[in-house]
Amino acid sequence: MPKYLLLKHYSGGPEPLPSCVPMSEWTADEITAHIAFQHEVVRMLTESGELVDARGLSTEGAYVRFGGPGAAPVVTDGPFPETKELVAGWFLVDVDSKDRAHEIAAHASSAPGKDGEPIHEWIEVRPVMDDAPPVE
Amino acid sequence: MSEDLLRDLAPQVLGVLVRRGGDFASAEDAVQEALVEAHRVWPETVPDDPRAWLVTVAQRKLIDALRSESARHRREEATLAEPAPGPTEQADDTLLLMFLCCHPALSPASAVALTLRAMGGLTTREIAEAFLVPEATMAQRISRAKRTIAGRPLTTPGDIAVVLRVLYLVFNEGYGGRGDLAAEAIRLARLLARESDEPEVAGMLALMLLHHARRRARWDEQRAIVPLDEQDRSLWDQGEIAEAVRILTAALARGRPGEYQVQAAIAALHDDAPTATETDWPQILAWYDDLVALTSNPLAALSRAVVVGEVAGPRAGLRAVDALEGSLDGHHRLDAVRAHLLERAGDVDAAAALYLRAARRTTSTGERDHLTRRAARLRSGQ
Repeated sequence: MPKYLLLKHYSGGPEPLPSCVPMSEWTADEITAHIAFQHEVVRMLTESGELVDARGLSTEGAYVRFGGPGAAPVVTDGPFPETKELVAGWFLVDVDSKDRAHEIAAHASSAPGKDGEPIHEWIEVRPVMDDAPPVE
Repeated sequence: MSEDLLRDLAPQVLGVLVRRGGDFASAEDAVQEALVEAHRVWPETVPDDPRAWLVTVAQRKLIDALRSESARHRREEATLAEPAPGPTEQADDTLLLMFLCCHPALSPASAVALTLRAMGGLTTREIAEAFLVPEATMAQRISRAKRTIAGRPLTTPGDIAVVLRVLYLVFNEGYGGRGDLAAEAIRLARLLARESDEPEVAGMLALMLLHHARRRARWDEQRAIVPLDEQDRSLWDQGEIAEAVRILTAALARGRPGEYQVQAAIAALHDDAPTATETDWPQILAWYDDLVALTSNPLAALSRAVVVGEVAGPRAGLRAVDALEGSLDGHHRLDAVRAHLLERAGDVDAAAALYLRAARRTTSTGERDHLTRRAARLRSGQ
């Protein structure tokens, strides 16, 4: 069964979203409903036997790269500006087909946000490379 | 046959074997084999002295293993020592084993893993699941830890402060949501308390029990954090609280206070209040003054600032937070405490902004959700 990494893009993506009210402007009940939905997706994927792992990512972090021989690493600290690309978390699923991975991603993107409306966030679906070639 | 009995005896037996000079990893394998044997034989005939039975069987397994390994390597069998004669009733074997598992040469993560494996009798898979790492990674961590302590003598008493730190790490992992680990940490603290008369050991056990007593009230049906002042206190485990207070009172009577006893005293005062508004804040503040004098941990001083806010008002609390500036820069709890005090002082906008910044900075999902909701509530005036 192929594995897919589903990256939840809280902001950014191939094209801007029609309406994206940031979570900092939701009510407490809207936030609660959103979190309950996320738990429900994880429960559903566990029950169907497709979940490998799912995690949220903290907003803060850093970009790091090799600075060259004898030089210190180049570090750019967070927080990253709100306007930039922000990956809020990921699912790793083990599914029958690419179609199923897309179906899961579309469902996850329907999480309720402001006024209970789906947030339509972009979910990047990337096949995970396999070690062994498929059987002929 | 009691599973609990076997779990209690396993580390004692391992301690005996290692004290007699057995290599830690081989001794552990031998104890596992002896336990399997016990599962097979005991249902029919329970030995009069289960501990001595296990020691004899494990020692035999250890010698068998060494013999076959030795034969493989064409070594002289003469070098193999028979078990040292003498009583097995060395009460401190468990304690010595715990010192070994929490050896200062080990990183905290390794000490935690080894303690759960050797003392707690958890399988490698169970430990891996508890810490969300692959089983192979945890197996490697444990075997590296065993190599690190191989050959270290088990004769000198270790540092009890390190053992306590490791046990509290295990407890906190469990208290964050993984229930079995919290219960396991309490079980190990009880084992330790039975064999050590150090009052801080009793203080740690009391502290764990006082927190554990509130576990049913700590989360709502949606798995959201319920803060202490909003918890349904009828859900608190009064039996655990009473036991903890007994243990703590006896420990404090020894007149050698330490940070765990003081933290337990603070937790006991919270647990003693029938409602949040009846909390004895002045007395809690007095204990926090002691705690800050005892420890260099700036988070203790931060918690003290919250209590100052309760005793002398939020503005005084904020001044106490300002005094900490520097040591906790960028820590999400600094933002959260300041937000809480600003909220009480009526500065809603500043409080909401700081709750949000704290939410961005924490790495705990439960805490992030809680802080985000706090901010949302303030904005909508709920």
